[in-house]
Amino acid sequence: MSAQNDTLDQEVVRGFRQRFANFREHRPHLFLLALMIVIPWFFMDLATWFTLTVSGLAMGLMLFIMASGMTLTFGLMSVLNLGHGAFISLGAFSGATVIVFWMNDLAGSGSLGATLLALLAAFVFAMAVSGSLGLLFERFVVRPVYGDHLKQILVTVGGAIIIMELIHVIWGPSEIPVPRPDLLRGAVILDSTVPLIGGAAVETYRLAAVLLGLLVYGVMTWIIDRTKAGILIRAGVESTEMVEIMGYRIKLLFLGVFIAGSALAGLGGAMWSMYQEIITAHMGETLMISVIVVIILGGLGSIKGCFYGAILVGLINLYIGFLAPVFAAVATVGLMVGILMWRPQGLIPVIKV
Amino acid sequence: MAEPILTLSGVHADIEQYHILHGVDLQVPRGELTVLLGRNGAGKSTTLRTIMGLTRLRRGEVRFNGASISGMPTPQIARKGIAFVPESMGIFALLSVRENMSLAASSGPIDEGRLEWVFGLFPPLKRFWNRPAGNLSGGQKQMLAIARAIIEPRELLLVDEPTKGLAPAIINDLADAFEELKEQQASILLVEQNFNFSRRLGQSVAVMDDGRIVFAGQMAELAGNEDLQQELLGLSLGAHQ
Repeated sequence: MSAQNDTLDQEVVRGFRQRFANFREHRPHLFLLALMIVIPWFFMDLATWFTLTVSGLAMGLMLFIMASGMTLTFGLMSVLNLGHGAFISLGAFSGATVIVFWMNDLAGSGSLGATLLALLAAFVFAMAVSGSLGLLFERFVVRPVYGDHLKQILVTVGGAIIIMELIHVIWGPSEIPVPRPDLLRGAVILDSTVPLIGGAAVETYRLAAVLLGLLVYGVMTWIIDRTKAGILIRAGVESTEMVEIMGYRIKLLFLGVFIAGSALAGLGGAMWSMYQEIITAHMGETLMISVIVVIILGGLGSIKGCFYGAILVGLINLYIGFLAPVFAAVATVGLMVGILMWRPQGLIPVIKV
Repeated sequence: MAEPILTLSGVHADIEQYHILHGVDLQVPRGELTVLLGRNGAGKSTTLRTIMGLTRLRRGEVRFNGASISGMPTPQIARKGIAFVPESMGIFALLSVRENMSLAASSGPIDEGRLEWVFGLFPPLKRFWNRPAGNLSGGQKQMLAIARAIIEPRELLLVDEPTKGLAPAIINDLADAFEELKEQQASILLVEQNFNFSRRLGQSVAVMDDGRIVFAGQMAELAGNEDLQQELLGLSLGAHQ
């Protein structure tokens, strides 16, 4: 009887191990996310963990918004647009213009409606300016160098320098402080009676950024999964030639994706400006390191991979920044190296036909 | 004889530095299945890709329905009514069968009646409708590739080696599907190396060698002449029975 029970136990353990191995192999993004969230439990109290996790999610979702356009641009047309950071800066300055100069009264009124109106105007304006410049950038900078990565690197970096100099010309060379709207200042402090995470404080703006980031991800996922344009984009990432054989003009599709990607970079920049509360023309350049890490570790061309990659980068930044600040600078790159050693094509690779 | 649906006159084409087509002259009769035969490297696939504008035409002319389509971009050629099934099949592996088909219906939503007809030709597609196309077997992928090409009425269908790497039972199913398309007077240009498959389906035939058409005529003529097969294709009919 006892021997029978032992055999049964061994089978249960074997089954569990098998399921765990399958989960790790087939859902690497969820596996890593679970690890990333659970491991810090052992090194900090849960209230601190909760604060850092929400902040990490906010950072990750803003990075996702900035990086999503770049990963699609690469996936669809194999274009390395290293000028993407300029659209982040441009979005930040455009959004700040609305919040700081044009609608300062509304943003500072403390009323929910007025704050939402000011934020909406800032984000729409940032997207419109970055998207419009994206149209010109694709037409005059990127299109002549399709198919040549070296030239793409050179001309997109050159194009980004021009945009950043234009920012200097329009907004001046100094940093611009971008105060958050009154309603988004301060923090939400959980009641001490809340089990485990009672007393945790979460900045209001970060909570708002998480909500907006999830909304953007939801809308993007819906477009990519449910609409014909989205199916076309996914098909184009796999094979541009086959999309053309079916009668679709891939260059028009690419132009649309490039404009949308630039607009999203602008939105990310505008959100980041209020996150950091100060902007410079070179902020996009600095953020590009994280953006590139996100799209590489997520799997080039994969929106879902980009989402999980960004969340992982956001979380590791916050956790390591708290636990071992001296290693914060290398944590992001270390995460990328580790993931690439395990899965050289990234977390969710795109299959090319 | 009615005007051919497709005419190639003196077509030259290169792939990078290699000169592949050396003046191809070919006519595809309307409402018939024409087979393009030839050894590996003869230029058959390049001919189809040149018709579709995927390989650049260096010299010569391609006329479709009497009008030149030389130098047109591929999407424009496709929208004129030419469907192409490449040798690689070009399946979007991460998309479901349904999504693959909905993209192929480029002029609007899929016509339900026509979809049922396609399901009748290729029943596995109905079974795996919502599954990722990458999970299909080789034969099912080929079915999907052809189904995509016929989900909307096209004037001309170009198919590159549909039997390559498939089991005999699947090849029979494909042949049945092509028979049905023939009954509907579809115009088809089929590149093949499987002579038995070609002989069963082909009405007209052209044979290529070294980037040129070296024989064009009726399939019955080639199928009934072993010496000609030996000369053009290096075939021994006995070995292909």
